[in-house]
Amino acid sequence: MPFGVPEIDTRLPGGGLAYGAIHEFAGGGGGTIDGAAAALFAAGIAARTKGKIVWCLTRPDLFFPAIAQAGLNPNRVIFVESDREEEVLASMEEALAYGGLGAVIAELVRLPMTASRRLQLAAEKKGTMGLVVRRWRRQTEANDFGQPTASTTRWRISVLGSEALPVPGVGRPRWFLELMRVKAGECAEYCVGACDDKGRIHLAAESGHGLDTSRRSINSG
Amino acid sequence: MAVIAKSGSKRWVSAADAAARAAGVRVGMPAAKAQALFQGLMLIDADLDAYNLALERLSHWALTQYSPIVAMDLPDGIVMDTEGADHLRGGEQSMLTGIVNLFLAKGLTARVAVADTWGAAHACARSTDRQVIIVPPGQVVRAVERLSISMLRLPEKIVGDLRTLGFKTVGELSATPRAPLALRFGPEIGRRLDQMFGRVPEPIEPIRTPDQIEVSRSFSEPIGAAETINKYVGRLVIQLCEELERRGLGVRRTDLIVHKVDNTNQSIRAGTAKPARDVAWLTKLFKDRTEKIEPGFGIEKLVLVAVMSEVLEESQRTSSLVEEEEEDITPLIDIFGNRGQRVYRLAPVASDVPERSVRQIAATAEDVEFSWTARWRRPVRLLARPELADVIALMPDHPPVSVTWRGKRRKVKNADGPERIFGEWWERSSEWVAVRDYFVIEDETGERLWVFRSGDGVDAVLLVPAPWTWSTLPSLLLSAPYTDRAFKDG
Repeated sequence: MPFGVPEIDTRLPGGGLAYGAIHEFAGGGGGTIDGAAAALFAAGIAARTKGKIVWCLTRPDLFFPAIAQAGLNPNRVIFVESDREEEVLASMEEALAYGGLGAVIAELVRLPMTASRRLQLAAEKKGTMGLVVRRWRRQTEANDFGQPTASTTRWRISVLGSEALPVPGVGRPRWFLELMRVKAGECAEYCVGACDDKGRIHLAAESGHGLDTSRRSINSG
Repeated sequence: MAVIAKSGSKRWVSAADAAARAAGVRVGMPAAKAQALFQGLMLIDADLDAYNLALERLSHWALTQYSPIVAMDLPDGIVMDTEGADHLRGGEQSMLTGIVNLFLAKGLTARVAVADTWGAAHACARSTDRQVIIVPPGQVVRAVERLSISMLRLPEKIVGDLRTLGFKTVGELSATPRAPLALRFGPEIGRRLDQMFGRVPEPIEPIRTPDQIEVSRSFSEPIGAAETINKYVGRLVIQLCEELERRGLGVRRTDLIVHKVDNTNQSIRAGTAKPARDVAWLTKLFKDRTEKIEPGFGIEKLVLVAVMSEVLEESQRTSSLVEEEEEDITPLIDIFGNRGQRVYRLAPVASDVPERSVRQIAATAEDVEFSWTARWRRPVRLLARPELADVIALMPDHPPVSVTWRGKRRKVKNADGPERIFGEWWERSSEWVAVRDYFVIEDETGERLWVFRSGDGVDAVLLVPAPWTWSTLPSLLLSAPYTDRAFKDG
């Protein structure tokens, strides 16, 4: 599924995020704990698929109005809340193997190689897209993201200062999107504007990776 | 008012209401004596058939609600095997209080007890005035040793004779050598005592209604291997589905009851979100959990019962060929539900207060057309409860300049706000004056927080009791709003 951003799509084999594969998303900095930007990015991708979405989680702290602002209709999303991580993995595998879903999203702390391979196989079998949002309990645990998994692509989403507005206020958020790993492709980094109300991202003006000099500090008094 | 039962030519009181009891009428008293005690006592002949029928209906209701194994505990009770069923009601304590409250709501009193064995539960429920009794596992001996021997479910004749011999409590009786008792009264006493202490199994023969569809398979040799169990469960499901199809029904709740060689039962219950008659669907639900079956010494019989079924008619799908049909995912929802996971959808509620604007609905509910209308930015994650943050801000309407939350100080780069949200006074009178001002703030790294100040910033100090603090910096600026919802939104 293409992002609609040529710079990103050409880097991905097949010209977009593959259906029938597992994609991993993690936040950078404080986002490793709350996984907010990563969840929103995943929701934006899910919003552009067709069919129902299954969202497996253990910590039910999503505030759905924000997800709905990324274009995901609440009627499409079925939440499966479990008490343990392993149950989230089991639910995700079950949902991927069921087929007929738009995407399956899971919020996970740990994703061991074996588990990710099982998920990848289940996704390949039925052609459902699996999106894993990694969310750690402590920021120090996040180096776990360096461990290899069987997922097809792996992304890190860190927040940047928002797009400057001509008036005081908070503009469209921007993300620093790192494509850390992709099967049969090369890594890349982008500076993108966050999901709009259809779940689309766009390439923001490159401005030195967050050192946005044109941004003025308004409203600081 | 008293109810009179007949046994032979003897007429005796089998039940009495509060007023009659106050006048001294006791259960078991001869009818003539009761009449002599209180002039004008209203006597009603007991209608045993109607009574048993009511008890049976009650058992059927319990069967669909609480546990797959329910039986009438004649003359006056219901016995259920709740092992593995109580967690669905939030544990034993809340299940029992729930039952008692249900009866109370109908103006009836019930006494409920949970114990390791049928005998012990029977005795505990009937011996005290407490409505809920839970005997912890392995504590049966201590719980019943002081109870009267009339609780042992022995024939009245034997109880009377034992009393003549001087036995009063179960403890005394169980401490006496068995042989003389067996010689005098037969094996009944020993059997009942063993059943109470769990030394002899006492399987509950579950009641069934005639319209329940039941298929079973007995094995000449006990089976135990997982594959064999799976194979026969699959065959039973096919049989059940054929039977359902003949009657035009679909199951909502199905029980698999496993009869084991050592005279014990185990059961697995599977529920579906809507009537189902699909072989693959039902097989999946059971095969998912056959690993929970402990075959022990072997299984001699498998029974599959459709406990709750509803009319299910085949309907023809119209295919437009143009639009892609969305797949029905109810079977998937059932798989999750039967594994004990919480499956739900979120739906909007017309409320401005953020924590009230979302509610959980059933995953299979109809689509909700209404959506969140606010076009203001909202956080992706919301804290479960407000957390206090220290803030420096210009009063009354300016957004904060810096925020210290969870020990981290953030300098605010950009901010939006205030977005004022008033309390919903129609919900609670304490919200009559409640006001929150929400701000979206963005710090230097681009992380965003959604914070609120409780009160309108002018005379808010009067309205909000605790969380305002004043710092030592010069005048105008400071307030430390009661911050709540911090979030990051990319």
